Amino acid sequence: MSALVAVLVAPLIGALAAVALPGRSGRIATWVAIVATLAAAIMLAASVISQGMPRLAVGSWEPPVGIVLEADGLSIAMIVMTALVLTAAGLTARHMLAGDTKGPRIAFGFWPLMLLLWAALNAVFLSRDLFNLYVGIELLSLSAIGLVAIEGKPAALTAAIRYMFFALAGSLLYLAGVVLIYAAHGALDIGLLATRLPAGTDPFALALMTVGLMAKTALFPFHVWLPPAHGGAPAPASAMLSALVPKASFVILLRLWFDVMPDQATDAVLVLMAALGTAAVLWGSLVALVQTRLKLIVAYSTVAQIGYLFLVFPLAGGTSVDQPWAAGAWNGAVFLALSHGLAKAAMFLAVGQWVHVRGSDRLDEMKGLAKAMPMSAFAFALSSITIVGLPPSGGFTAKYLVMTSAFAAGQWAWALVMACGGLMAAAYLYRPMAVIFGRADLSASRLPSRSQQAVPLALAGVAIVLGIASAEPFETLAIGRPQAAEEGL
Amino acid sequence: MTGPTLYALTGAALIGIGFFGLIAAQHLLRRVVAFNLIGSGLFVFLGAAGARSGASDPIPQALIITGIVVALSASALAIGLVVAHARASGHPTLPEEDEDA
Repeated sequence: MSALVAVLVAPLIGALAAVALPGRSGRIATWVAIVATLAAAIMLAASVISQGMPRLAVGSWEPPVGIVLEADGLSIAMIVMTALVLTAAGLTARHMLAGDTKGPRIAFGFWPLMLLLWAALNAVFLSRDLFNLYVGIELLSLSAIGLVAIEGKPAALTAAIRYMFFALAGSLLYLAGVVLIYAAHGALDIGLLATRLPAGTDPFALALMTVGLMAKTALFPFHVWLPPAHGGAPAPASAMLSALVPKASFVILLRLWFDVMPDQATDAVLVLMAALGTAAVLWGSLVALVQTRLKLIVAYSTVAQIGYLFLVFPLAGGTSVDQPWAAGAWNGAVFLALSHGLAKAAMFLAVGQWVHVRGSDRLDEMKGLAKAMPMSAFAFALSSITIVGLPPSGGFTAKYLVMTSAFAAGQWAWALVMACGGLMAAAYLYRPMAVIFGRADLSASRLPSRSQQAVPLALAGVAIVLGIASAEPFETLAIGRPQAAEEGL
Repeated sequence: MTGPTLYALTGAALIGIGFFGLIAAQHLLRRVVAFNLIGSGLFVFLGAAGARSGASDPIPQALIITGIVVALSASALAIGLVVAHARASGHPTLPEEDEDA
């Protein structure tokens, strides 16, 4: 129980301390908060695996008056991934965003925003109340927008404003759905709503919330804000934004469609969501093929990978809920989210180190970087293996599970989508690898040290290990999984 | 028409006006105002939903207060960004086409 509270409270107190305390003590407070939250996340995961799901009714007020926080398998998997990614981003930002290289505003503003982002993510993963989820995603979006705009360049400001409009529109749509649900049922707790009598406004409310969350998850066709925003932010911020922020709204979508209103999941709607995911995969991969800036390639790769996540809906929802392949589809989708988060963060951190050395992120200026910074190049290569879905990575395990479920369910079209997505990912990730492994002379100026290059390498390594040692995470994900499907195929 | 129904219709009208302003307005500050209109409309609707049964329901009131605070923070960030963007680019509107490489 204390780990549950600590994982929410530590980053909030750290954010306040980072703003309130001057200079050196503020930085110390930031790092104490980062270490404390990482430790709390690991302890929470350990306690959930050994003792079952902790449930905290805040203030000892039970629903429908109070708010419930609960940590199930999906929650702790995402919380641990968040902790790893944010710690790595913090370690990278320590050098890259120091006051002398980028200016005092970034050096001051990055840390409170990062800690607020962390608190918001943990709140979204733990909350069981729809309005608390609204507050969580608002805080998440506001912190993310701040991180996009933090460098103050005109292109970044435009990207931040576009992101803000999409994020605020998404939040308002989600809030409209929450209002309709409260007007119909008088409760906002996920556990209470699961036992409700369906009302006439439920499909409309669910549709509003789904569209709002799709805009926040940057699903095609609501993805237009993502590439300029992630391409214009500083690299540690891009890592956090790409790896974590869309996953939070995706987790809320999972809770809505599988916990709150599974009875509204008609086949047509689920197929529509997966069709938008397919469009995202195809469109994101195609546009990534023609980009000349490395950060935009990685950002469009995020657009494509997010499309994969939406294939879970027809495979594990609706009429598939009780089928034996539903468990595999659920595990696969969550594994996709986890391995993409780790690999995309590693990719952005490695790219950030190259941009820091070269001064720009155009592809033709990156020649020969692999010889000068072999560890970063290896990290990029390992992340590419996970994104493409080659064995033995976490991405391969995830895609294998989803494709097997698709074939077993007779919905082979989704398996075809995953295969095409993998091929196109290989194509658009080959171009940067070919450039950085090319021959060129690189003057050894301002190269990051080996310990700094080890950070993205460690993240990419975890993504690979996730595929090799996948039995433990599978059992963890089964804790509190909504549908009572069997072990899978 | 009873009181709560009138409030609910007012809320819906506010949402509609805000939605129109969001799409039609070019000036960024007008869009921020439109967002606030939509938010206020949703809160009025929520209050009306809470006032339907005779005794007043405290939960929507708590939700509305929380929502007002969240909307305030979002508006503050929005206006700060709009001002910074207007200073940097010279126009209080978004550029028509996307920045590309």
